[in-house]
Amino acid sequence: MIRLVLNRLLWTVPVLWLVATVTFFLMHAAPGGPWDAKTAGGRSLDPALQASFDRKYGLDEPIWRQYALFLGNAVQFDFGTSFTREGTDVEEIILRGFPYSAKIGLFAFLLSLAIGIPVGVLAALKQNTIIDYASLLLATVGYTLPSFVLAIFFLVVFAVRLEWIPVLFQEWRGYILPSLVLGLGSSAFLARLTRSSMLEVMLQDHVRTARAKGLGQRLVVTRHILRNSMIPVLTVLGPTLAGLITGTIIIERVFGVPGMGYLFIASITSRDYPVIMGTTLFYAFIIVLANLLVDLTYLFADPRIRTIR
Amino acid sequence: MIAADVAATPLGRLEPRGRARSRGLWSDAWRRLRRNRAAVAGLIFIALMFLIALLAPLLAPHDPDTIHPTARINSPPFWMDRHDPDYPLGTDSLARDELSRLIYGARISMVVGFVPTAITVLLGTSLGLLAGWLGGRADNWIMRGVDVVYAFPSFLFFIVLQASLRGTWFGQLLGGLMLLFVAFAITGWVGMARLVRGQVLSLKEREFIEAARAIGVPTWRLLLRHVLPNTLAPIIISISFDVPAYILAEAGLSFLGLGIQPPTASWGSMVFESFPLITFLPIFVIMPSALIALIMIAFAFVGDGLRDALDPQMSR
Repeated sequence: MIRLVLNRLLWTVPVLWLVATVTFFLMHAAPGGPWDAKTAGGRSLDPALQASFDRKYGLDEPIWRQYALFLGNAVQFDFGTSFTREGTDVEEIILRGFPYSAKIGLFAFLLSLAIGIPVGVLAALKQNTIIDYASLLLATVGYTLPSFVLAIFFLVVFAVRLEWIPVLFQEWRGYILPSLVLGLGSSAFLARLTRSSMLEVMLQDHVRTARAKGLGQRLVVTRHILRNSMIPVLTVLGPTLAGLITGTIIIERVFGVPGMGYLFIASITSRDYPVIMGTTLFYAFIIVLANLLVDLTYLFADPRIRTIR
Repeated sequence: MIAADVAATPLGRLEPRGRARSRGLWSDAWRRLRRNRAAVAGLIFIALMFLIALLAPLLAPHDPDTIHPTARINSPPFWMDRHDPDYPLGTDSLARDELSRLIYGARISMVVGFVPTAITVLLGTSLGLLAGWLGGRADNWIMRGVDVVYAFPSFLFFIVLQASLRGTWFGQLLGGLMLLFVAFAITGWVGMARLVRGQVLSLKEREFIEAARAIGVPTWRLLLRHVLPNTLAPIIISISFDVPAYILAEAGLSFLGLGIQPPTASWGSMVFESFPLITFLPIFVIMPSALIALIMIAFAFVGDGLRDALDPQMSR
């Protein structure tokens, strides 16, 4: 068991290294650099000035030396300073953007728990009734409707037509729509999962036994069905939260939130290498951590797995 | 030669029965699928989009990329005031015909959904078959590759790949489609490989495979005629979920300005281009996004229907 956990933990290192390496070489293989007229907002820099910039940021070094330097610093969590915002550390930029994304992701997560699980439970208990069909249909639509399309519809309805919320991002009111959009999508997913898991557990012998010994419906549902059917739901919560935090890349664009996703896209278009590397690794770290969390929750939620391997 | 003949005879006699049973499975599945109204509706919608994509040059009233110097910029669709009868759904910010662009956009969605899927099915199935059948070192190497690709966050990879190679000649191929194909294929084959490998591993131990092997059926024939057909149902189900995933990924990337290259019209890039208009002419944002939504829902209905139809034990 401990070996399994350690094994998974150690796996994250090569994965992060791979992400960093692929990103590094892809970005440097791209035509155009950070000082081009196209990327630097239309201003073409004097060649001498470009050369001095290159020297300052080490871009005149051979690529493998830049790579070695980057890796060496990255291991110490030092990603250098931004090209476009001179003198600002990458870590500082990430920490400025991350709270927006984290807040949206967290609100969306809570919302999806509050909607998804009760709806799934209700649908399963009322299987094959109109309630079940309606919630299943809604969940299917909600699950498949791309979040950015939903975001656009919400923006048009609530911000443009009804004018309840300003189109431009504002503190606190700006969080409502993005959280709602992301939360609805994942609550649909959770509802589907909860429903199918409940239905599976409801057919199991221990539930029949519980009923046979005369337990009331409430006790059977809460003690015997709900508890067991939450295992698969538990295991997806980690990646759901990670997906919500990283899934804001497109949503932030729609609602103009100055979060991580916005930073990431902006740094990519302006070839801001240090910020690109920093944000990519940060994202990858969240995702890898979430995957690790799934494995661990499996281990703790289902004792049968512990004996394997 | 003799061995092959001997092997062919018992197989030849067995085949009709085997085929009749497999026809039973597929016709059963087809019957179940037809009874599912949502799946049928989804299937019809997808077929319609397919036809539109195929017949785009005939259906589109104008060339999708031509800027019409005489047309107004952003003339509204026909149900609004001050519309232009020449352009039934209006014109975009560069005075191009909106309807024609939407029609050609269907092409991009269909192509970007099905072509990478075909590649991943081919690649994933053969590698999964190889890994599962050979086992040992080949299996180890292939699955290590699968693990690595699996761990890489795919949307992040798409963004980085697009951002870095869009400007190159390769990134410009087919209006940026080629790069999307490559991106989706690189990340997509692993799911298929995993799925097929698992199936092959369990099939390998089954008696009918052992029987076929015992009577000397050559390996390639065994794989093609006996193993592969038995993995088909899960492959089809997985295809029905892969296609919309690629369509959505293209739309998302294009919406970020990192997908299809201008002037080519895709629904995602049309959302991207008309997004600045959202406060005063939101209809131009809504039209392409509604199509994206509809196609995603259609595929979801078909996918759910297929899963219920092909995997009766799963459906409850």
